[in-house]
Amino acid sequence: MHRVVITGAGSINPLGHDVISTMEAMREGRCGIGPLKFQDVERLSIQIGGQVHGLKVEELFSRQQLSLYDRFTQFTLIAAREAIEQSGLEFSNELADKSGVILGTAGGGITTSDQNYRMVYEEGKNRVHPFVVPKLMNNAAASHVSMEFNLKGPSFTVATACASSNHAMAQAFQMVRTGLAPIMMTGGSESMLCLGGVKAWEGLRVMSKDACRPFSANRNGMVQGEGAGVFVFEDYECARSRGAEILCEVVGFGMSSDASDIVTPSKNGAARAMQGALLDARLNGDEVGYINAHGTGTAVNDKTECAAVADVFGQHVNKLMISSTKSMHGHLIGGTGAVELIACIMALRNGEIAPTIGYEEPDPECPLDVVPNEARQAHVQVVLSNAFAFGGMNAVLALRKI
Amino acid sequence: MNIEHKVIEIIAEQAVLEVSDVSESSTLVDLGIDSLGLVESIFAIEEEFDITIPFNANEPDKSDFDISNVKAIITGIKILIAEQQN
Repeated sequence: MHRVVITGAGSINPLGHDVISTMEAMREGRCGIGPLKFQDVERLSIQIGGQVHGLKVEELFSRQQLSLYDRFTQFTLIAAREAIEQSGLEFSNELADKSGVILGTAGGGITTSDQNYRMVYEEGKNRVHPFVVPKLMNNAAASHVSMEFNLKGPSFTVATACASSNHAMAQAFQMVRTGLAPIMMTGGSESMLCLGGVKAWEGLRVMSKDACRPFSANRNGMVQGEGAGVFVFEDYECARSRGAEILCEVVGFGMSSDASDIVTPSKNGAARAMQGALLDARLNGDEVGYINAHGTGTAVNDKTECAAVADVFGQHVNKLMISSTKSMHGHLIGGTGAVELIACIMALRNGEIAPTIGYEEPDPECPLDVVPNEARQAHVQVVLSNAFAFGGMNAVLALRKI
Repeated sequence: MNIEHKVIEIIAEQAVLEVSDVSESSTLVDLGIDSLGLVESIFAIEEEFDITIPFNANEPDKSDFDISNVKAIITGIKILIAEQQN
């Protein structure tokens, strides 16, 4: 078994266009959620979201690239470029042949689907651009990362709704740990802030019209976000031998399936995923200092998650910090675990715990230290990152300071 | 704008070349247009002239539409436009 470390991180999300600005926003408890801006937004009853603004794509990509890249692929490549630059890696020969990319997304190129459905059904056009399929397919982002960085090893895309990124990173971790690949690019991306993408969520009636307030008694639902997070997972010996800067160690993961309900989460499924991560990492519960919660801000998720954490950690729950950064960047669906991993790295490397902002009223059903409203300085050695998806598919990662 | 000029403009954009670098005798290979560039060019031409080009990317050589060089493409387009007007 090989030890696995993170040697590069990149992101673009509603809080910033790179990791440094994202961490700064998390440290300041800044909110990236605001009024949505896109065509026909006035037809929605939900008009807020964590949108990425000020992106000048024509400065980052050529015209040919833009004709092939949906927004979720653009986000992915921006994040991947940052991660690769930090890692200092170049892939050639055997390293290229063995290294790969595993990414998560739930909707893939949903904006491309939306735009083209609109043209065909609403505007009555009978011809669509020839690249609709290569643009909208869920593996497009992973494919373009493989092409841009010459990654020729195991590469694919994982779709488990809101747990996609965590499942993807767990797979990448497993590949490096078992020696199948020396280096894996991994993370996830989502871009479904368009009429169809938000309209579908609206239908479920779980969305908030004003703010995402996880764990707060007056919470009234989730808020969508968009963006990507991409990381370099590398064999520890490989990273050490080339003198790479190590951000933290990935020590384990747990996965479970509720096998009960297509949308309602289960305490047991969530608890088994966290227990699985502890077991896999050979950790005692009391070594964990911080949990980046799934914390969607819906009534049922937050109380179920808190109950599961209490079950897993027993008395230690009083010493645990657990926060939901979705309060700041919104729910990035298939990309959310990847952006939230930045809060985990910030906790381990900088000793700074990102807050749960928008916290207004304690909820007796969420009686945990949710790091309300302000970031906190704390030394933590081990953190967990939770993701509990619709469909009852759960994935939890365990990371350690190095 | 005449048909010749518009077609050359579309092809030049695909090839990332100046219009002056594309002549009627140029082939798509000369211009560095690959298979994806070709289908995108055909799409752009269909959009511009509102015609349907009988082109199957599986069997480009067996299509009724001659793409052997820019001149052949322009001739094919003129025929399609004329057919449509009748």
